[in-house]
Amino acid sequence: MSDTPRPVFPHRHLLGIEGLSALDLTALLDLADEQVEVSRQVEKKKSTLRGRTQINLFFEPSTRTQSSFEIAGKRLGADVMNMSVASSSVKKGETLVDTAATLNAMRPDLIIVRHHAAGAVHLLAQKVDCSVVNAGDGAHEHPTQALLDALTIRRNKGGIEGLTVAICGDIVHSRVARSNMLLLATLGARVRLVAPSTLLPPGIEGLGFETFTDMRRGLDGADIVMMLRLQRERMNGSFVPSTKEYFRFYGLDQEKLSWAKPDALVMHPGPMNRGVEISSEVADGAQSLIREQVEMGVAVRMAVLEALASHLPNR
Amino acid sequence: MTSSHPPLLLKNAWLVDPATGHEERGGVLIEGGLIKALGPAVAAPEGAEVIDCGGQVLAPGLIDMRAFIGEPGAAHRETLKSAGEAAAAGGVTTIVSMPDTNPVIDDPAMVDFVQRRARDTSIVNIRPAAALTKGLLGQEMAEIGLLREAGAIMFTDGARSITNAQVMRRALTYARDFDALIVHHVEDPDLVGQGVMNEGEFAARLGLPGIPREAETVMLERDMRLVRLTGGRYHAAMISCADSADIIRTAKAAGLPVTCGVSINNLALNENDIGDYRTFFKLSPPLRDEDDRQAMIAALADGTIDVIVSDHNPQDVETKRLPFAEAEDGAVGLETLLSAALRLLHADLISLPQLLRALSTRPAEILGLPAGRLECGAPADLIVFDPDAPYVLDKRQLRSLSKNTPFEEARLEGQVTLTLVAGRIVFDRRST
Repeated sequence: MSDTPRPVFPHRHLLGIEGLSALDLTALLDLADEQVEVSRQVEKKKSTLRGRTQINLFFEPSTRTQSSFEIAGKRLGADVMNMSVASSSVKKGETLVDTAATLNAMRPDLIIVRHHAAGAVHLLAQKVDCSVVNAGDGAHEHPTQALLDALTIRRNKGGIEGLTVAICGDIVHSRVARSNMLLLATLGARVRLVAPSTLLPPGIEGLGFETFTDMRRGLDGADIVMMLRLQRERMNGSFVPSTKEYFRFYGLDQEKLSWAKPDALVMHPGPMNRGVEISSEVADGAQSLIREQVEMGVAVRMAVLEALASHLPNR
Repeated sequence: MTSSHPPLLLKNAWLVDPATGHEERGGVLIEGGLIKALGPAVAAPEGAEVIDCGGQVLAPGLIDMRAFIGEPGAAHRETLKSAGEAAAAGGVTTIVSMPDTNPVIDDPAMVDFVQRRARDTSIVNIRPAAALTKGLLGQEMAEIGLLREAGAIMFTDGARSITNAQVMRRALTYARDFDALIVHHVEDPDLVGQGVMNEGEFAARLGLPGIPREAETVMLERDMRLVRLTGGRYHAAMISCADSADIIRTAKAAGLPVTCGVSINNLALNENDIGDYRTFFKLSPPLRDEDDRQAMIAALADGTIDVIVSDHNPQDVETKRLPFAEAEDGAVGLETLLSAALRLLHADLISLPQLLRALSTRPAEILGLPAGRLECGAPADLIVFDPDAPYVLDKRQLRSLSKNTPFEEARLEGQVTLTLVAGRIVFDRRST
C-alpha cells in the first residue's frame, strides 16, 4: 500500500462525467479497486489526506452519499466536516456564492457539494481555490454514483464494453441516469432508456440513446437492469397516474426481470421504493447488486478523493 | 348468442356496407353471432330461421361514441338497461358510456362494474369510457394503463374540458405509450363564463348570455398544438362551428393523429329552435346558427368530421323545468339518432353510405372495434330499416327513462325495423 497519490487524474475537480475520457474513467475505477481491498482490511486507515480538510456541503438531505463521502475522507486521514444547509435558509444564486466565499476563507482542501439546482456545483467551483466534487446537482450529474455503478458492474461482469444496460424509470428527473448514460457509453456499453414517455426527457433520442416505453422490449437481452427511484411527488397523477399503475407496467418484479438475460444483474442507486419501482423479491434476490453498490460507493469516493489530492493547492 | 342457436338468414334486403360504400340487393347469413355469408346469392342452410326484410336497408348497427347514462348514481334518469332498450329501438348496437357518473368511472373496479352490469342488464353492447383525470377534476391523470386493461375503450373527462395545458400534455404523452385514445370536450369554461346559448343576435334578443365560438376554437387550437408536440391519439368529442372544422381540416392535412365528432343536434337543429326558452334545446356545445349547421354538414360530407354522436344526456323535470339559464344542458338522443341523421339524406346533403359511415364504420375504426362493416366474420350487430318510413315523434313512446328530446312532435322519416346484437334480435318493430 502506497501513501503517495499517483498522478492518475488530470482534473482539479470532479464536476461530472461529461468531459472525462475512457482513460480517466478506467484510471479511477482501477484506483477504486484498490480501495475496496483497503476497506476490507481490519486497518482501514490511510494517510493520503492527513492534515487535509474536507467539507461536505449538502444543500439537499442525503444519508447514503454524505456518509459515504464522510467515511471515505476519514479512511484517507482527512478531517471531515459536515455542513447540512437547510434549503429554506439558502436563497440561491448570490447566497450560494457568498457561502462559497465564506467556506473558501476557512481554507478547506476538498469540498463535496450537493445542490438541488443543476449547475450550482459548477458555479461554486469557480469561486473557491480548492478541489470540488459534485455529489449531485439537480437533475444534471451525480458522477460518483455512476462511477460506483460502473465499478460494481465491472467487478461482476469482468468489463463494461459490449454490455447492454437498461436504465429504467424516472430518467427525466435523474442525475444518476444522466451520469450513468455518459459513463457507460464512454466505456462502450449499449445504453437503453426505458420509461413511460412522461419520464423521458424530450429530445433524448437526439443524444443517441435507444428509448423504450415498453419494459418487455426494453429489457429484452439486457445484461444489467438499472432501476431509478421515483420521487413521491411525481407518483400521483402528475407524471404517472399512481404507484399501483407504475409498478404494474414499470416496476421490476421477477416476471419482468425474466425478460432480460438469464444472468442479468439488478442495480438501484437507493433509497428504494419497494413495491413502486422494484419488488422486494428482486431487490433482495440473487440477481441483485444493490448491497454491493453501497460498498463500492465508499471505495469509489476514496479513489476520487485520492485522485484529486494530487492536484491540491499548496503542494 | 351461443353457437347452438340456429343460423339466421336476413333475406331480400338492400345491403349497405358503409366501410366500402358498396350497395346491393341480397341477404346476410348469421351464425354463431357473426356474419357467416352475405351477398345476392346467399342461401339458407337447413334448419335456418329466415326473415324477409322486404327490400329494406340492412346495415351495420350504429356505434354511438357519446352517451351519458345515469347508472351508477342517477338511475332515476337512465339505467344501463333503459339506455340499452332506447339504443336498440334507435338502431344503436354499441354505446360508449361516459364516465360522468356518481361515483366517477376513474377506477378499474368501476370499469369492471359497468361492464358486468351492462352484460347482465343491457340488450346492446355498452363499452365504458374512463375518466382521463381522477374525479374528472382535470388535475391528476387517471390510471390509463390499468383502466385500459380493465376494458375502458377511451379516456375522456366527459362533459368537462381540461383547462390545464400541462395536464393535457402529460396525458397525451402518457396515453401514447398505451395507444389509448383521448377524447376531449372542447369548450373553455372561462370563455363560456355565464353563457348558456350561442353568442350572437338571437342571444341578444333573448337577453341570455352567450357562448362564443372561441370557447371551442381556442381550446381546439391548443389541443392541436399539444397533439403535434406529443403524438398522442386525440378525438375532439364534438365540434359545432365552421372555424372548428377548419382547424380539424388543417390538422388532418398536417398528418396529426386527430379525429372529431359532431352531435346530431348540431347537424339537425340550430339556435332558432330554442324559440321561447325551450330548455330541451339547451346543449353543450350550444346550438349554433344556420351557417354553422351547414358548415357541419359540409365537414361531415368531406370527411373532416369523422363521427356523429347522439350526445344522449337524460335529464328530468327537476333539471329541465327551470328558467333557461338555470336548466341543465343535454338532450336524449339514442332513439332518434338515425331518424334525425336521415334528414340529411332526405335533403340530398349526403349519401346513405357516407351517413352510415359516420354512424358505424368510423367510430368502430377509431375505437378499434371489429363492428361497423358488412363483412364475413364481422360481429352480427346489424340493423334493418326503412329510410323513408314517416312518423311523428311522441316522447311518451321513448324507451329512455328521461323524455328530454328536442324532437318532440317532430316529423321524422326513417325508422328501424330490426336491431340485432351478436346475431340476436334485440328490437323488432313488427312485434311492437
